[in-house]
This record gives sequence, structure tokens and C-alpha cells, in this order.
Amino acid sequence: MTRIRPNYEDRVSAEKPEETIYERWVGGLLRYIDEEKNMRIGVYVCHCGGNISEVVDVKKVAALMGEQADVTLARDYEHMCSEAGQKIVLDDIAEHNLDRIVIAACSPQFHEKTFRATLVKAGLNPYMLEIANIREQCSWPHFDYPDYATLKAKDLTNIAVAKVRLDEPLGSKAIPIGKRVLVIGGGIAGIQASLDLGDAGFQVYLVEKEPSIGGKMAQLSRTFPTEDCSACILSPKMADVPANSNITMLTNSEVVSINGYVGNFEATIHEKPRYVDVDKCVTCRVCEEKCPVKVPDEFQEGMKNRKAIYVPFDFAVPYRHLIDESVCLRLTKGGEVCGLCQKVCPHDAVDFNQQPRTHEIVVDTIIVATGYDVFDARLKKAYGFGKYENVINGLQMERIISCDAEGKPLRDIGKRIAFIQCVGSRDEQVGNEYCSRICCMYATKLSQLLKRADPSREVYVFYTDLRSFGKGFEEYYKRAQDTGVKFVRGRPAELTEDRKTKKITIKVEDTLSRQMLESEFDLVVLSTGMVPSQGTESISKILRLNKSPDGFLREAHPKFKPVDTLQEGVFVAGTVQGPKDIPDTVAQASAAASRAIRLMNQGELEAEPITAQINEDLCGACGTCVSVCPYDALKLVEKEEKKVAECNEVLCKGCGSCAGACPTGAAQQKHFKTTMIRAMLDAALGVDATPGKEA
Amino acid sequence: MNNDDNYGNNVPQIVAFCCNWCSYAGADAAGTSRLQTKPHFRIIRTMCSSRVEPDLIMEAFRKGAWGVLILGCHPGDCHYKNGNYKTDRRIRLLRKTLAQFGIEPERLRLDWVSASEGARFTRIVDETIEAVQKLGPLNLAVPCEVIHE
Amino acid sequence: MSKPKVSKPKVAFYWCASCGGCEEAVVDLAEDILTVADAVDIVFWPVALDFKKKDIEAMQDASIAVSFINGAIRTSEQEEMVNLLRKKSGLVVAFGSCAHLGGIPGLANFSDKAGIFERAYKLAPTVTNPDGIYPQTETQVPEGSLTLPVFYDTVKTVDQTIDVDYYLPGCAPPPDLILNAVTGILEGKLPGKGAVLAPDKSLCDTCPLAEYKPEKISIKDIKRPHEVVHDPEQCFLAEGIICLGPATRSGCGERCIKAGMPCRGCFGPTRDVKDMGTKVLTSIASLIGIETEEEMSEEELQKVLAKIVDPGGLFFMYSLPSSVLRRRRIK
Ligand code: SF4
Ligand code: SF4
Ligand code: FES
Repeated sequence: MTRIRPNYEDRVSAEKPEETIYERWVGGLLRYIDEEKNMRIGVYVCHCGGNISEVVDVKKVAALMGEQADVTLARDYEHMCSEAGQKIVLDDIAEHNLDRIVIAACSPQFHEKTFRATLVKAGLNPYMLEIANIREQCSWPHFDYPDYATLKAKDLTNIAVAKVRLDEPLGSKAIPIGKRVLVIGGGIAGIQASLDLGDAGFQVYLVEKEPSIGGKMAQLSRTFPTEDCSACILSPKMADVPANSNITMLTNSEVVSINGYVGNFEATIHEKPRYVDVDKCVTCRVCEEKCPVKVPDEFQEGMKNRKAIYVPFDFAVPYRHLIDESVCLRLTKGGEVCGLCQKVCPHDAVDFNQQPRTHEIVVDTIIVATGYDVFDARLKKAYGFGKYENVINGLQMERIISCDAEGKPLRDIGKRIAFIQCVGSRDEQVGNEYCSRICCMYATKLSQLLKRADPSREVYVFYTDLRSFGKGFEEYYKRAQDTGVKFVRGRPAELTEDRKTKKITIKVEDTLSRQMLESEFDLVVLSTGMVPSQGTESISKILRLNKSPDGFLREAHPKFKPVDTLQEGVFVAGTVQGPKDIPDTVAQASAAASRAIRLMNQGELEAEPITAQINEDLCGACGTCVSVCPYDALKLVEKEEKKVAECNEVLCKGCGSCAGACPTGAAQQKHFKTTMIRAMLDAALGVDATPGKEA
Repeated sequence: MNNDDNYGNNVPQIVAFCCNWCSYAGADAAGTSRLQTKPHFRIIRTMCSSRVEPDLIMEAFRKGAWGVLILGCHPGDCHYKNGNYKTDRRIRLLRKTLAQFGIEPERLRLDWVSASEGARFTRIVDETIEAVQKLGPLNLAVPCEVIHE
Repeated sequence: MSKPKVSKPKVAFYWCASCGGCEEAVVDLAEDILTVADAVDIVFWPVALDFKKKDIEAMQDASIAVSFINGAIRTSEQEEMVNLLRKKSGLVVAFGSCAHLGGIPGLANFSDKAGIFERAYKLAPTVTNPDGIYPQTETQVPEGSLTLPVFYDTVKTVDQTIDVDYYLPGCAPPPDLILNAVTGILEGKLPGKGAVLAPDKSLCDTCPLAEYKPEKISIKDIKRPHEVVHDPEQCFLAEGIICLGPATRSGCGERCIKAGMPCRGCFGPTRDVKDMGTKVLTSIASLIGIETEEEMSEEELQKVLAKIVDPGGLFFMYSLPSSVLRRRRIK
């Protein structure tokens, strides 16, 4: 190439401009086809076992695709994702020398990875692949328009072909990953995951917002269907946590922010002060006796009082006192008020000057196990919970039975007891369509425990459907019936209280015998379901996790990645993902631990290959991209005496914000270059590919 | 997209840019729940709504789109922290600019769809198709050259 | 230069819809123009020399070495003339912003002929025209018929009218770039066809204020240049003043910046950009309140955005006819 003048060189680009203004509107699709490259594209249209082919004429789509420029072959097949389907692709690549593949099938979220692996097997770069989503985007939402669906399937496949023509091989850097895990939530799920990880030699930080670990399971009486005492099986596990040298336990603490990415999550944790030095306190309870403040005890579900200085419960871990700062006289009023506990403590453990602490930790993976909240039955107005003293919820009944067993009854429960099922579950009125999965069995358990403890009691269960799907559940239900618990199919519309006796009248239609029943009870137990916990709400914001329509966290794939999330390195365990019982929760916690171990044991990870890329010939170092990048991946650096933007490919997550903001077109996103998106746009709009024809 | 005669000549053409993490998954959710929508839209997937450069939207109009939809994650939910805030600002300004070009701002819609909001996705798409159907095609390519005498 | 006089290359200058500034720029080459004038044979230059259209018509096709055309195309006469020059010239250089991008006259594309005539011949405060008489392409007078060129609805760039070989950007192009281009042509040292004869990088690359630019810019409020006193040691964007420099090709010599005014984009976009206006738009919009974007209330955001009163006119100031949409839609 000749140049105008020596000193002109640095001012004029040597190459022919990519596209001159004159050529701007000349040529549509064809412009993107580099004839010299002689591409060989294979297009595969999947039937999805009828899911697609019953609506879309897949043969026609394949035939039309076969006529496209650069398409060497186009086929349709029953199940592209099956081994046989993949083999077809492998064989074709070998036989026909294909260098790019388009699969028209289900959403890329399902099998993009599968087919990338197929390409790798065939010796192609995994990014020379495009998926046309003709199931979720075509056959399923448009079966009312079958003709149009075929046309659209063709268009969608065409868009993929247009894109694959421009695809470039991508590689990526390796980022190191260590063995540090943050487990958020100290219920049975968090405990199980922490212990599994700790035992396997990983460094665990277990963060619990309450003063003790244990979660909801600690409050339960017995567990169905085996009737083990919940506290007896849980407390040894709880005690194992601080005993495990690999686990750092942070109670009374909350995660307030998390930045970074897999292999390098930076978490900030706030630890509230306990105002009692855990190293000095021996839990002699002297302070507790003297404390003048009484408030309802959360652990006993408000059916008993505790003091402002207290131990959460008898097998709390850590088993140490703390002061509830929201009610303590000294801490609310200040000055020298009260302070009795401090005066009486023989070990000088009380310290009103304790300050909140902030812990900054760096971890490689995260397990979210923030559990559930009990449905607030007050929202179901007709049942009078919170208004009628003899209407309680399931968890309160758990406490009553536990305390009875210890010989310290919480309250009088009378002789006629009724359970009402599905309170806050399967109920559109309160906005929860889902089944909470545990209430049938816990009512079956509680009712027979009550009946067995005192056979003279009359215990009724009013249910919608009795679901006893688990191992040993149906047998357990039979046993309850044999014990004499009466199961009545019917959902009471309303409860009324007798002003004087405070007894509760239930009116209900027995939907099996079609009879109206009306009966008075001493106590009514609402079998309240599960709702996503407050903690789940905040952690989903902090980690930007997706939620399912029911408000619980969404797993990456309902069948094959049940404990993964779409955030790499973040896993879910237990009821945070949806209602489940203890065995399922524990199984999921162990699964989450093993998924995290699988990731961390690799020692290094592939960094996101779809990163930003700066064309240094064009970048004028305006700094726009540096300002917009959410990960600080871009910096202005000096190169050959000129400033240009530079992308750190380990930090870059490949969002493309920079490419969308760059005013010169210098910042591009690999795999989503402007030319690629434009090619897709042209294909989507059916822009005529003949040069000169386009306006 | 095609104005093939067998599908009627006055078929709206809409390009929908969806981000990978929320709105694209939301569109999938709509499909999975078999919610039926009018088919006159084509989705182009980007990783984040903030990747979409406004000039590509201009090109879409120029090349025959009746309307353009940009769908991202709800504010605060962007998979990349805050990309959708950038998108929001750009689209607001672009809509104002489009009005100066004589293009009804209703033809460009930015909305948020989470991965679980299949029904919301369907509603937004249907509403947009209906709105642009009322407005009709833009026919930009030809009038650019028109010389009135 | 020892070549015989007869073989001097022929050069033409022509102006279309322009302000005359580009002609000035050629004259401004001062002494350098003499070297140029000495080396070439100027065969057509309506502003300075008395040649007629028929002189050109009489020439052989492609016999003019290079035609420099400034101004945008807005009438039938201009269209005819540039077509003629194209036929007679080996090279055509679109000279200056209007020829290159449409320039300031191109802003008329936000209106149309009817609107412009109404404004110019009826509504303008200095005009009295109660009968609404507008210029006609043909008017009969006793002496015969008078003709005027057709006034188009749409202003076009030169390359939307004829094939263009090179572009010399700027309003007006700076002397050093003109000289480089002319010398390059004379010596036959040219980049590939279609090149813009200026650097590829954007203005920030050479901007003297770039060194004051903060690492991260967050535009908290947008100010118009007259609303603030510009700090000569601060980047305009950091002050909230919209500057088109980040999106504009460099090479202008930063004349505006040095005079305390932000860039308005006369050099046009960088190489790969199709729509300069929206490129400015996206970069500015992306920077609005970045630091506090999540907390920004709807009202605050609207207030900032409302400060951009005329985004079309601002972002597309020089580039409207060459933009993707080219003009306001004609319904
Ligand atoms: S936004 Fe573009 S031109 Fe500006 S510094 Fe980044 S890459 Fe360079
Ligand atoms: S794509 Fe650009 S903005 Fe996004 S993370 Fe990478 S460098 Fe930052
Ligand atoms: S990822 Fe959805 S808007 Fe950014």
C-alpha cells in the first residue's frame, strides 16, 4: 500500500476502511459472506420428539436452509440432543468437513453446552455453534399459527446461520480457584453443607443471622415418619460445627454485600454485638434471673417469656448468653440505667461497649441456605389467627408437644383438637399456589402424637388432599388413622369463637360424604405452609439470583442442576429453593457441597471467553467504557505513546456494556460484535441479500 | 421476517432484543407454559440489554422493523449489576430523538421481564404488536429519496 | 517541478449547498496555494475563476484529475453539476463536512421543502408575503420564461449522489489536511478508495483537555455551554457540558476546544461507525449519574435528561443526512 507522506502514516489507516460511507447501504447479507473463506455450515433441525415437528414443518425448514449460501448440508432429526443425534453431527463434520454448526432445537439454555462439547469432540472450536430456539420461541408459543410457525422457524434458523457465518473461535484464560466457601444460613441445610465441606478439607465460613445455629429444625418436636426427637438428632450435628477446625462460625451476623465472581467473591459480613463476651461467659444464668425485662420468647413461638439477657435455647450453639439490644434497659435508654446483669455476672462477661464488627472475607464459592419463613396465618383472616387465643399454628404445636415431653407444658390444649390443612398453601387468595409439601405429614405426626399421649383426646384433621408421597409416609398416615385420628376431607371456610368459653366452632362440608359438619373444638391448629424467608429476599438481591414465580430461588435446571444457580459458583440448599422436608433438605445440602467441591477441586476455571476487545486503531481513550464497566475490567493505558483502553480478561464478565456505550466502535464484545448483531438483525428483517437492492 | 403474501402483506415486523439472563429466559418460560402470542416478532439474544447499541435500533427501523422491543432484567436484577440502568437512559434519550425523526416513540419499547415472568413477556409482546399494528409500517427506505415538487 | 506545462494535472473546485467557508479554506492555504496552483491547472472554480459549465461539458470524460466538491446536495442543479464533474473526473473528493456528511445544511432534513419555504418566505419576521408566493421552478415573464432549480425535500451528501473517492472532513477542512491530500493525489500516494483523509482515532486522542479527565466520568447534571464558565483545565464532559469529541474523528487541530468550546462533530464519525448521532447519544446517556444510578429517582433522571432539549439537533449536528435514518420521516 502506498502512503501519502511519511508523516501522514500515523494519521491515516493503512488498510482499506472496513466499509466506506458510500458502501453503507449497498449490500445486505451478502456483505457478510467472505467468499474466499468458503464456509461449510451444517444445519440440523430437531423434531424434539414431536414437540417441534407437530407444529413446525421441520422438513421444509431443513430444505429451505439447505438452499442458503454457505450451507453445506441441512438435515432434520428426531432428537438432536440424543447420542445418536450428536453422532450425526460428529460424522457429518468428519465426512463433509463442516466448520460451523447451527442447531435449530430447544432453548440454548438446555443444550448449548451439550453441542459445544460435541464440536470440541469433532475438533472444532466450541464457539462456531449457534442454536436457533424453535421450540420455546416457536412451536410452543405459536401452535395457534402453524403456518406462520414454520415461517418463523425458518427465520430464526436463518438468523442463526447469519450469525454463525461471522462466528470466530474463542479461547479463554484460566483463573485460579481456591478452597474457601461461604455458607449463608445456619439451619440444617447450612449445617449439613458446612460439615460436608469442612470434613472434606475445605475452609468454610458459616454465617447465621440468629444468635444460634439450628434454624427451624431446632424447634420441632419429632420428625416424621420415624418420630426421632428432633433436638436429639440435631444437637450433635450443631455441636460438630464449632468443633470442626475448618469451619468458622459467625452467628448474629448478616451478609451485607458480595462482590466479585467465582474464585474471588468478596463478602462483607456485619456481626451484631452480643454484649456478652463469649469467652468469659459460662452460661451460669445468674444474670438472667436478675434481668427485669421480659419479652416473648421467639424459640417458644411467643408462648413463653424470656429475659433481655438470655440463651436462645437449651442446646444453642454457641451456648452462651447475649443481650437483646432492642429491649435491654441500658442499651435502649443509655447512661447508667439498670446494668444488673453486669453487676451480678461472676465472670465479668457483660460488656455494654461491644461494637458491631465487620468481617471482610474472600471465598471461592457460595452456598445459599437461608431457609423459609412460616406463612403468616393472620393473612388468612377468616381463621382468626392472632385474634382467637385458641387458634395456633403448626410450629406452635411443635413447641407445645416438645415442652410437654420435657414436663414443662406451655399451655393447656384441651380434649378436642382440630388441624386445618393447606393454610397459606395451594391458595390463590393469599397468593401462594404451591404445595408446601410438609404440612400433611407434620399434621399426621402431631395429631397422632397428641392422640397417643392421651387417647381420650379427639383429634380431627381437615384436609384438601392428603399427600403422603415420601418413603414410609403412606404407612405413617395409616398408623395415624389406626391411632384414632379422624381425617375429614374439607376446607373450613371460617372459624368462629365463643366469646365466653373461647372455644372455636368449625363449619365444614365433608366433601366425601357431602354432609355439612359443625363442631366445637378446644384448640385449632393451622397447618401453616412455607414462604420464602426475608433473608432469601435480601440475599437474592445481593447475589442477583433469579426467583421462581413462587418467590423461592430458582435452580439452574430443574432436573439436572437442581442445586446450581445461574451465577457461577453459587449454589442453593434446602427450603430456600422451595418447600421440602428434612431428608430432602439434607440431601440437597450435601449435593450443593459436592457441586461446590467439584468446582473447587479443579484448581482452576475457564474464565468467561466472551469478553470485551478493544480495537486500538480506533480507540481515542475517551474513557466511556472505563466509566461504564461494572467490574472495573477496563483501564486506560499508555501504548506506543498513546492512551488506549485495555480490557482485563479475567475481570471482564462479558456483559457488553462497554460495546454498547463506546462512541467510536473500538470497544467490541467477542461473539457479539456489532457486525454479528447487525447480521442477525438483517436476517430477522429479511433484508434482501442482493447487493444494490437494499434501500 | 417476511412480508410473504401467504401471510398477508401487512404483517408487522418486530425485533426484540432480549438479555440472556432474564428476559430471554422469560420468553422461554412463556413458551414452556405454552402461552400463545402473535408470532410477528423475532428475538435477538444479547448477554445484557446494555449491549444493544442505539444505532442498531436505528438500523432496525431503517431496514423495515415496525417496532423494536428491548427487554432486560428488572432494575436492580441485572446479571451484570447495573447494565440495565445504562439501557434505560439510552432508550429514554433515543425515544426523544426518534420523535424528532417523525418516528412515534411507541415503536420503541423498553421493559423488564424476569426469568419467571412468562405471562408478562407474552403481554408485552402482544401489546407491542397491537400498538405498532395501529401505527402501520414505517416505510422509511423509499421516502428518504422522495422529492416533492 | 520540471514537467512541461501541457501535462499539468487538471483540477476542479465546485460548491453545492455550503456557506463558502470551504472555499475560504482553499484560499487560506496562502503561500501553499501558490505551489499547488503552480503544479496544477485549475479548470473550474466558480468562486474565483470565470469558467462555464459548457467548458466542462466540452472536456473529455475523466480528463480532470481531481474534483474537489464542497457542500451538500439539495437542488437539481447541484445534482446535475456533480454528476457532470463525476463523469469528467478521475477522482472526486468530497470536501468539507457538508459534502462528507451533509453538514449544517443537512439539519434541514428535520423539515421538508414545504416547511422550509413556509418559514423562509412567509413566517420569517423580516418577510411580508401575504399572498404566500413561493419560488417556482418556472415563471413566465414578458421576456420569456425564468427557471430555478428544483428544491429537494431532502439534503443529500455527495456520496449519496455520485461515487466519491475520498473525503476531506471538517468545517472547514484544516489547511494541513488539505495540503496532505492534494500532495498525496499529485504524487499518486493514496490510501484505498473511500478513505477519509484524516486520522482514525477520535478527538480525545489529541485533545489537550484529555489529561484533566477523571478516570471515571459520571455526568450528574447536563449544562449548556453558556450556563457555566468553562475551566480551561477540565474536560468538558466532566463539567457536564456535552462534547462530541469522543465520537468525532480527530485531525481538526482541536480548534474549538482551544477556543473554549466543546466539539460539535464536524469531522464526522470514526471509521466503523454508521450513525454518529446515536453513538454520541449512547455514550452520553450511559454516563448519566453512573455513580448513583441505582438510587436516582425518576424525577431526578428526567430532570437531567430534560436538559438535552434538542437531542436530534445536537447529536446529529453535522451528520444528519449521512445518518442511518437520513431525515425526518415523510408520512
Ligand atoms: S469507549 Fe471506546 S473510544 Fe472510548 S476509551 Fe473505551 S474503547 Fe476507547
Ligand atoms: S464487557 Fe465491557 S463493560 Fe462488560 S465486563 Fe467486560 S469490559 Fe466491563
Ligand atoms: S443481564 Fe438482563 S439487563 Fe443486564
